[in-house]
Amino acid sequence: MSRQQINRLATALITGVAILVVVPIVLVILFVIYNGIGTISWEFISAPPTNGMREGGIWPALLGTIFLTFGTAIISFPLAIGAAIYLSEYAADNRMTRMVRLAIVNLAGIPSIVYGLFGLGAFVLFMQFGTSILAGSLTLGILTLPVVISTAEEAIASVPQQFRTVSLSLGATRWQTIRHQVLPHALPGILTGIILGLGRAAGETAPILFTVAAFYLPDLPHSIFDQTMALPYHLYVISTQVPGMPLSIQYGTALVLLLIVLSLTLSATFVRTSMRRRREW
Amino acid sequence: MTTNSSVTAPTPAAAQEKGQRIHIGEWIIENLIRLAGLSTVLIVGLIFLFLVREGGPAFLDIPLRQLFGSRWYPIEGIFGLLPLLVGSLIVTVGAVVIAVPLGLICAIYLGEIAPTWQREILKPLIEMLAGIPSIVLGFLGWVVLAPLIQNAGAATGLTAFTGAIILAYMSLPTIISISEDALYAVPKEYRDGALAIGATQWQTIWRVVLPAARSGIVIAVMLGIGRAIGETMAVMMVTGNAANIPALSSGVIFQPVRTMTATIAAEMGEVAQGSLHYNTLFGIGIVLFVITFAINSLAGRIVGTRGARRTGAKL
Repeated sequence: MSRQQINRLATALITGVAILVVVPIVLVILFVIYNGIGTISWEFISAPPTNGMREGGIWPALLGTIFLTFGTAIISFPLAIGAAIYLSEYAADNRMTRMVRLAIVNLAGIPSIVYGLFGLGAFVLFMQFGTSILAGSLTLGILTLPVVISTAEEAIASVPQQFRTVSLSLGATRWQTIRHQVLPHALPGILTGIILGLGRAAGETAPILFTVAAFYLPDLPHSIFDQTMALPYHLYVISTQVPGMPLSIQYGTALVLLLIVLSLTLSATFVRTSMRRRREW
Repeated sequence: MTTNSSVTAPTPAAAQEKGQRIHIGEWIIENLIRLAGLSTVLIVGLIFLFLVREGGPAFLDIPLRQLFGSRWYPIEGIFGLLPLLVGSLIVTVGAVVIAVPLGLICAIYLGEIAPTWQREILKPLIEMLAGIPSIVLGFLGWVVLAPLIQNAGAATGLTAFTGAIILAYMSLPTIISISEDALYAVPKEYRDGALAIGATQWQTIWRVVLPAARSGIVIAVMLGIGRAIGETMAVMMVTGNAANIPALSSGVIFQPVRTMTATIAAEMGEVAQGSLHYNTLFGIGIVLFVITFAINSLAGRIVGTRGARRTGAKL
């Protein structure tokens, strides 16, 4: 076989494998949509589950996931933006900074179930928040830190250096420069990071298992110290823990969860691309 | 001269006061920002601290011989971690064997072969895969993949192999994006040089680009392993949850296993807080923390700061 033939063969094989990787992604999404779309109705979204969860809707779980996502945003947003500003604007190239970076890499790598254990030990038991929306939001908030920090830092660092130089030369202080010049230009990128983080939080199951998620609750939560049902855990429960569960409800629940998470991921991608297009430098 | 002084004369005191106020406000904000940066280190420390606080007793109270024994029977008070370690190992190795070649080849396609328009479609798709919640993939593994594998002749569809396939797909986005970064970092001159002396594109990729990207590819594999070993929900749903050491035969991957992560998730709900079983589940958490910490620190050390930012963003 000549080397040109080998080249053609290798290229064909590589292309084939790439197709093999990508096609199932599309199939998985289409498959869930195909099987779940028939179940989706206003009643499915807005009604509580009935008859041992075998009938009715998913409203308490959906609402719980919305609460948890907001809680996560409140916890993670200020801390992550602060850390991102620190890394791109204040951090000198020293040991401390390397430790912070190492910490972020490690936070990104810690298994989500270990976050769940931490949340149980620290928030539920030690701080005595109990199994509650507060404990779950804190756990998910910490889990999303690395994603939000990395994306926001990249956005802040990509604001051209001249913007800072000009602002400082006009007599603005460092914080004024950051507040009025750097952050406004980095905003879309920061937003991308936050949305990605929320997408991650909305879909996670393991961290909420012991910190907030309830198997079934007849009532909606009244305060942040109450437990709540949540969509990912609800999907786990109805697909493995409830005998005689109709498949249609399982697919419908999976579809709603998938739509929430993917629409967050997609809107993050959209914000990022439209930002790149609008950028004036 | 006079005008000048008449303008500035009343202001110094006020200006100084205002300047001081800015100064104090600035001082507070800058320190809050520093604190936010340092809090990341603090959080990693706290996570380890709370794991040790709840899980430490397991390593003190259980005889080492039993801890490394091959029996996990919590009801009888026997806590041998070996079946769980072996379970995690089999599923992770299986996932890596599937995902690394696929991921690397996919990265080569994206970085070296695909035209721009294809890249612009494929990259968001792979990001979407990273975004699919693990519980949804676990659910599909449970209702679709497991029956398929059972029909193919296995005794049960819930096996290490089923878990490995799902995990492989879940770690693909990590492996692809980091390998692609590694390929992208290879200078264009290397490729031009190889092509100029008459190498084909495949020879250039195989003999020049891949060797030059070696260290980045190693990191991609390591982080893929880290991703696979820590995955919980999907693995718990499809691996069959049998806490025995599977018979070491050629069919080892087609037997049900139980991983460390699945054990924590499945049993924590039923244990009494403060019991030895409870401590041991946190102890497994310590093992997981140490393994992933080692993998990520090592990977972070190899890539340095730029890579640290990338991996943080992608995981």
